[in-house]
Amino acid sequence: MDGLLAIPRLLADLGAYLLLVMPDLLPIVLALATPLALGALCGVINERSGVVNIGIEGIMLTAAFTAYLTGFALHETLGSGPALALGIVVAIATGCAVGLLHAWLCVSVRADQVIAGTIINIAAFGVTGYLNRLVITPSGRGGAGVIPALSLPESVTTLPLIGPILAMFFEQGPIAMSVLFLVIGLQVLLFRSRWGLRTRAVGEHPRAADTVGIDVLGLRYRNVVAGCALAGLAGAYLTLESTGSFQNGMTGGRGFIALAAVIFGRYTPIGSFGGALLFGAITALGIVVNVRPPDGDLGALMKSIPSFWYAALPYLVTIVILAGVVGRSRPPAADGIPYVKEGRA
Amino acid sequence: MRQRLAALRGAAWRASRLPLLSTALAMAVAAVIVVASTLFAGNGFQPLLPVFAYLNLFAGAFGSGTAIVNTLVVAAPLMLGGLAVGLGFKAGLFNIGVAGQFLCGAFAAAVVGAALADAPAFVAVTAALVAGALAGAALAFIPGILKARTGAHEVVTTIMLNNAAALLLAWAVGDLVRAPGFSFARTGEIGNAALPVLLGRNLHLGIPIAVAAIFLIRWLLERTTLGFEIRSVGANPHAARYAGMRPVYLVTLTMTLSGLLAGVAGAIQLLGVIGFYASGISASVGFDSIAVALLGRSDPIGILFSALLFGAFRAGAPLMQINTDVPIEVIDIIQALIILFLAADLIVKRVFRLRDRGHAIEGLDTVTRSWGDQVAR
Amino acid sequence: MTSERAGRPTGDPPALEMRGITKRFPGTVANDAISLDVRKAEIHALLGENGAGKSTLMNILYGLVTPDEGEILIDGEPAAIRDPADAIARGIGMVHQHFMLVPVLTVAENVVLGQEITAGPFLDLEEAGRRIRALAAQLGFEVDPDAKVEALNVGQQQRVEILKALYRGARILVLDEPTAVLTPQETEEIFGVLRRLRSEGTSIVFISHKLDEVLAIADRITVIRRGKVVGTRTPAGTSAAECAELMVGRSVSLQVDRGVSKPGGAVLEIRGLRVADDRGHEKLGALDLDVRAGEIHGIAGVAGNGQDELVECIVGLRRPLDGTVRLEGRGVTGSSPRAMHGLGVAYVPADRQRVGLVLPFPVSDNLVLDRYFEPDFANGPGNILRDDPAIDANAERLVTEFDIRTPSHERPAETLSGGNQQKIVVAREFREGLRLLILDQPTRGLDVGSIEFIHRRVIAARDAGVAVLLVSAELDEVLDLSDRVSVMFRGRLVATLDAAEAQRERVGLLMAKGTAA
Repeated sequence: MDGLLAIPRLLADLGAYLLLVMPDLLPIVLALATPLALGALCGVINERSGVVNIGIEGIMLTAAFTAYLTGFALHETLGSGPALALGIVVAIATGCAVGLLHAWLCVSVRADQVIAGTIINIAAFGVTGYLNRLVITPSGRGGAGVIPALSLPESVTTLPLIGPILAMFFEQGPIAMSVLFLVIGLQVLLFRSRWGLRTRAVGEHPRAADTVGIDVLGLRYRNVVAGCALAGLAGAYLTLESTGSFQNGMTGGRGFIALAAVIFGRYTPIGSFGGALLFGAITALGIVVNVRPPDGDLGALMKSIPSFWYAALPYLVTIVILAGVVGRSRPPAADGIPYVKEGRA
Repeated sequence: MRQRLAALRGAAWRASRLPLLSTALAMAVAAVIVVASTLFAGNGFQPLLPVFAYLNLFAGAFGSGTAIVNTLVVAAPLMLGGLAVGLGFKAGLFNIGVAGQFLCGAFAAAVVGAALADAPAFVAVTAALVAGALAGAALAFIPGILKARTGAHEVVTTIMLNNAAALLLAWAVGDLVRAPGFSFARTGEIGNAALPVLLGRNLHLGIPIAVAAIFLIRWLLERTTLGFEIRSVGANPHAARYAGMRPVYLVTLTMTLSGLLAGVAGAIQLLGVIGFYASGISASVGFDSIAVALLGRSDPIGILFSALLFGAFRAGAPLMQINTDVPIEVIDIIQALIILFLAADLIVKRVFRLRDRGHAIEGLDTVTRSWGDQVAR
Repeated sequence: MTSERAGRPTGDPPALEMRGITKRFPGTVANDAISLDVRKAEIHALLGENGAGKSTLMNILYGLVTPDEGEILIDGEPAAIRDPADAIARGIGMVHQHFMLVPVLTVAENVVLGQEITAGPFLDLEEAGRRIRALAAQLGFEVDPDAKVEALNVGQQQRVEILKALYRGARILVLDEPTAVLTPQETEEIFGVLRRLRSEGTSIVFISHKLDEVLAIADRITVIRRGKVVGTRTPAGTSAAECAELMVGRSVSLQVDRGVSKPGGAVLEIRGLRVADDRGHEKLGALDLDVRAGEIHGIAGVAGNGQDELVECIVGLRRPLDGTVRLEGRGVTGSSPRAMHGLGVAYVPADRQRVGLVLPFPVSDNLVLDRYFEPDFANGPGNILRDDPAIDANAERLVTEFDIRTPSHERPAETLSGGNQQKIVVAREFREGLRLLILDQPTRGLDVGSIEFIHRRVIAARDAGVAVLLVSAELDEVLDLSDRVSVMFRGRLVATLDAAEAQRERVGLLMAKGTAA
């Protein structure tokens, strides 16, 4: 009985605590959400044109590796800055290349799209592990470091309310900051531009698009490759802007959480970004609780929850959200179905 | 009689030639990658390295009685894992959660095995195996029921459960069932629950169990009405519902059965090979199982052979790495290439000038379509 | 009703000429050296059975299918048409049988798709809307450019399709089975639009298998049978009987000999049934329906007025919100498909490939798809084992009895033709001990031979005392077969008529407006 009565008080404490740690929380939310958001944008662009891509995880991992490898190989000759910049370029190119493979499998070969994505995931794990063991581990040397984050003057970040929010979006490295512009830009393009209209038509009813002279296969190719470029950028973020190192399998399911964010966001850029922020916030909470636990009963309760539970929380929440939301989120009608041009009509 | 044998041989060749040729092509391409990567590694250009590597791989897998037994030991969980994935495919489900279900099965078997370490061997082994099976089934039940009831796609939910299960089991083994007297968090000795060794150094009971499972699942799919229902739901869920079958029940049941097989895989690996559960035991069976099921075209007999092939790869790889410095990860590359060539069978057919169409895997269509479409309810 | 303005045969080259078009598909020749010419300002009908090769020919013209041989001339100039973009550039427009509209997009978005009007980097949908309204006004109707296509009825969607073609500057307009889903009144309206287009100089190819419509609208008629042209006629110089014979290759009785029904007591009684569709919108509002033993009760109506929901509700695939369903006096509301099956209810679904069959499975398995668990086909404890010999024997018997053309009952159902696939479903569902037979579009897309076969079987089942509920979008099929006809409009049965009172015009008005006034 006593426990039940305590619940409202604990919830109130939790609210107060969240407000208190907000300045600490917000900047890491976007940092944690960045790879998810970029992966989700990849998913949106791909699925809107009718191609299911579960290989986002593998593309991120491969690009994370090639970006790191570029920095690792070149920072001594070129210096850290140019090496990092080149690393980002290489990551995007990697994303495009793997995207081309996915597009070829899904669009031209008409292989099963879920299997195509699985191939990419398994191959990414194998190839990066193989090269990591062959090239990086034996050298014993480090990478090119991380891209520095922008830092706002303290007078700005300490502003009430908007201070932390500004810090969230602008005390970031260039990749994290670019996410905001990419999300808004893609949202506008998808619903207002010629490319967006054609993409939506091709994902919903490719034959209708074909009959008005739209190159369905070409558009799918372009969208898959463009989307995968963003997944590549997400990989660069992981090794060059966030951690500064590469570990085997370091994406840790982010590519799949990104897919959940796509469904959560009803296949729109802004909605998926919201999903990514939500997952980022949940992960961030687990970190903040460890660093700066609240006082009182709430603190005792939150500290009594083992850290492994906080670590597992984003994954569990993904499942719950997926189960709750998926019925109301309608995917494009031709999602996952290869387009066969010449049929027996 | 001779004619029937010849017809059977013809059918076997038709069913297996695409997988075999894909494997050959994958190994050839991997060889090129190995040669190419010698250009970047320290020891200079070595065009014959793949030959030595593959010779060592073969020796490691089949070079001696011990090696062969070792291959079988590695193949057994792959058979069960491959069956888990293949059974899912038959019902139009893609269980990528074999890794998590494998860990749950291993953990439950370890805990029950440790608790019954002093009980009679028959009781201890049986109880530990059943515990592993049920744990795997329980974990797979969650994505099964979610898919059936809400349409949440199992590709995402099972991956999420893989990650969550690894973390929560790490917590459980550290905080709940940690055995005293060890320098790291692990479960206690399993004593009498260890699977009896039937032959050689470690040909344990799990191997006949895995082979029996192959034939049991084959019987289930081919001969029973339940198997017919599972295959119908996989091939066309709308028609299955129209015909009075219950997709919600069948999807949940198949996913649970699939998890049960993965759980048994974890249990025999733990009780027959590892001996205790600790955070970080390898769950590579998870992804290998997908390759095994695809290479075996979801057919139980096909899975038997492809599990043996991948078992040989895994068992032989350490010798290859020791003797030739070619990293074990090359096996992952071969694996990915095999599936690539199977999925893009166009390439294989062109290289080898085959004309006929390979048999598609029943239910695979449904896996991808259910991404966009919900299961018929 | 030939037009005084019908194409001038001399001087100008034809607007469209197709010469020696041949297209082979694995196993069949869809088009065998077909030649066709369409004059300027002519309505030229292409008449033929389902599967005769009309759609293939038009898909070749539109660049969707590449011919193996033959050439196409537009205004006397050879035209290489490799894809729809080429066809559009040559002034060819096409209204497909299954509309090529994206349901979730607006009318304006659908019309401009592929030839977008842009202002800077963005779409200018307002300008598009103005042009669409103007085009529609020319043809004498109105559209809302901002409406989502999925919210429009089929007649309106068809007009959007015509606007789409004209927006692209089409001078040759192809319409593939345009009246298949329309009421007789809507058909008259679309004919009006077509005549108006003709008077403005547009050439029209009108594809149909309906004789009376072709005779009413066309200036010339070309008949195709099994991929070959078998004759070209003018409506004045031919008759329905001659056209039918050309089309089918033998003389056919256009009328089904239904005989006399001897209805018994009500087998199916539905009272106050309310049903929602997948998205939760109410599709049936308080519907009452009786089907008696030994009668065929037809449901006429434009597709999408709740027929699917009604049928699915009866067979147990959909739960009603409210109301009761009784079978031979027994309450069966909300029973499962299997329970209904056990009570003697059989169902031939509208979509045989998506619902009625498991295409990769052998014919024999498909013939027991809803009976595999019965003691006849299963044995062992609790009947959990398949009885393969019994399943094979059943297949052999039914393949012979229903004349299912297949080399072996072990072949996958997907290797059979559409007509033979439908015969699998019919053979399975027309079983012994049947009380209620529900037929949803039983002959859609079939050739005349298969249609006749299925119609004879339906009448035989009725004569054996089975209650038959027939739902069909083909008004002629409903009128020909039914002993009683109910008209469905917006989720209600607005009238139930005896066969004698169910004249085409009256039923058509009821379908279109819900009232015959």
